Amino acid sequence: MSALAWQQHLLMLPIVVPLLVGALLIPVNEKHHFGKYAASLLSTLLLFACALLLFRWTDSEHWPGGIGVYLAANWSAPYGIALMADRLAALMLLLTAVLALAVLVFAASRWSRIGVHFHSLFQFLLMGLNGAFLTNDLFNLFVFFEVMLAASYGLVLHGYNVERIRAGMQYITVNLVASFLFLIGVALIYASAGTLNISDLGARVAALGADELRLLKIGVGILALAFLTKSAMWPLGFWLPTTYAAASPPVAAMLVLMTKVGVYALLRVWLQVFPGGNGPRADFGFTALFYGGLLTVLFGGVGMLASQAPGRIAGYGAIVSSGTLLAVIGYGQPALIAAGLFYLLGSTVAMAALMLLIEFIDRIRTPGASLLAVTMEAFAIDEKPEEPVGVGIPGTLAFLGLAFAACAMVITGLPPLSGFIAKFSLFHALLNPETGAAGPNAWMLMTLIIAAGLAGTISLMRFGVRTFWAAGAVVPPRLQISEVAPVAALLLLCVGLTVMAGPVTDYLQRVSDSLHQPGRYIERVLGEPIVPNPPEGARP
Amino acid sequence: MEAAIALTIGIVFGSGVWLVLRPRTFQVITGLLLMSYAVNLFIFVMGRLWIDQPPLTLAPGTPDPMLHADPLSQALVLTAIVIGFATTALYLVMMIGARGLTGTDHVDAEEDDDE
Repeated sequence: MSALAWQQHLLMLPIVVPLLVGALLIPVNEKHHFGKYAASLLSTLLLFACALLLFRWTDSEHWPGGIGVYLAANWSAPYGIALMADRLAALMLLLTAVLALAVLVFAASRWSRIGVHFHSLFQFLLMGLNGAFLTNDLFNLFVFFEVMLAASYGLVLHGYNVERIRAGMQYITVNLVASFLFLIGVALIYASAGTLNISDLGARVAALGADELRLLKIGVGILALAFLTKSAMWPLGFWLPTTYAAASPPVAAMLVLMTKVGVYALLRVWLQVFPGGNGPRADFGFTALFYGGLLTVLFGGVGMLASQAPGRIAGYGAIVSSGTLLAVIGYGQPALIAAGLFYLLGSTVAMAALMLLIEFIDRIRTPGASLLAVTMEAFAIDEKPEEPVGVGIPGTLAFLGLAFAACAMVITGLPPLSGFIAKFSLFHALLNPETGAAGPNAWMLMTLIIAAGLAGTISLMRFGVRTFWAAGAVVPPRLQISEVAPVAALLLLCVGLTVMAGPVTDYLQRVSDSLHQPGRYIERVLGEPIVPNPPEGARP
Repeated sequence: MEAAIALTIGIVFGSGVWLVLRPRTFQVITGLLLMSYAVNLFIFVMGRLWIDQPPLTLAPGTPDPMLHADPLSQALVLTAIVIGFATTALYLVMMIGARGLTGTDHVDAEEDDDE
């Protein structure tokens, strides 16, 4: 049996399916929006099924060590491009598919119809995201980053208005410059190590001389700048709140996931190339990541307090969550990674749900409402809202209020939802290090996380009180089932994360364990055999 | 030759950075173009400098790597050129859209008050 098992090809599907569907949808006229939606939904469902299968296989002994390798075009590992699925990649694929499903269903009734090519761009975005999670080659990572970004440029501008153009212009410029940095970093890495395969890089770094190692570090540092721009580390993240606030809600929900791609790439590259231990390459850049993360948390917290518009509050919330993750990675303790990943899951889902909720909230608030709220604060007008005595809260408002409260609880880390468990396990890991007692860095991180949580609570509560309680005559907005269901599903997922915290944490611990064994990746990726050529006589 | 190439790339990239920081979209896109040229050159020379050496060969047997230029960096630069070209074109479309919608070519899509 010389052909590749069909399971192996599954690694390629998350990239090929959205590419084909997206491309096929381009010539279809926008009049057939239901057909386009159906095709897009079908493709996303397929991605979901694919992610589930990969999720199961990477967590079993289906592949040795739970690492699946696909050699594109049958070139052996360091020469061709290798795709690689491990537990972390499968987890991110699953998260992408779940969010994409929710966003797609949400956008079906309204947003996907206000402009052209929404579904094609959406599929290309999924292709870029999935590719970035699966690839094991730095230059290929660049390509998928660009696919993802190019699609996101189009999506940010979806529903063309002045505000979106203004935000889009900054977003595109910043990301183009970041892409140049990415290329410079990749070129330097290639010049110093002679390879771009991440696992091969991990294997070769140990043997590099001092000069090459210095060049490599410069290259990886420049590369990290590109990742950090995507994940909005202070001071590289000023583009984020404006873009999030300007983008249409479904797009903003996908952008939330895109900030996590930077974090993912950092984890992937760093843990394989600089796997800790002793020697000249131990823990390179962790200090910068840690303090950068802390400053980002601080910036995000202050930003949340200072914002009035819901989109901006959510944008700064995303910055806080990015900052926390960066600081957790930079802290350099393997035990923290599992807790950090739990935080990533919960905060991404909740933040995406909040982005979608903002759409409903905007329907409650008249266009002048946010302006009014600012004026009220500035002039300290203590206006008494009409007392709704005896009037029951309408069903939709009750749902909106509860959903908003749930999002706020996860994002700020208040009990009883998953945000609290994530922070609790982070603190547990920080307070019980493998050796000795918690150092000043741990205390600093904890203080900032708590302070940012407090800032988030104040900001979101202020917004919630003003919107749901003090807004005067509230007209319950008309909501469609297809819009409410995705938000409810995402929130239920947060509840599910809380209820299933035990198994999820166990799983994430396994994710973190396999991430911290770079040797396994090197062995699997470089050792993957190519499919031998059929003998001459067997050819047709 | 190394110094000349390094200086060239540095000057082009520096000019690009300066232009990107200017307030008009046309200046920004020119800057982005210059930066992408500099980056492409940079990738190209990261495969070392060679003179009169082919990157590929049809000769049978194992070729001597010392007689051939590094083909990988040439492949990389091709991809980078294509992608850079596409994203620049996209930016151009948006720039025109912004100009049409807002009536100004300022990067903030509004004129400064003091101008």
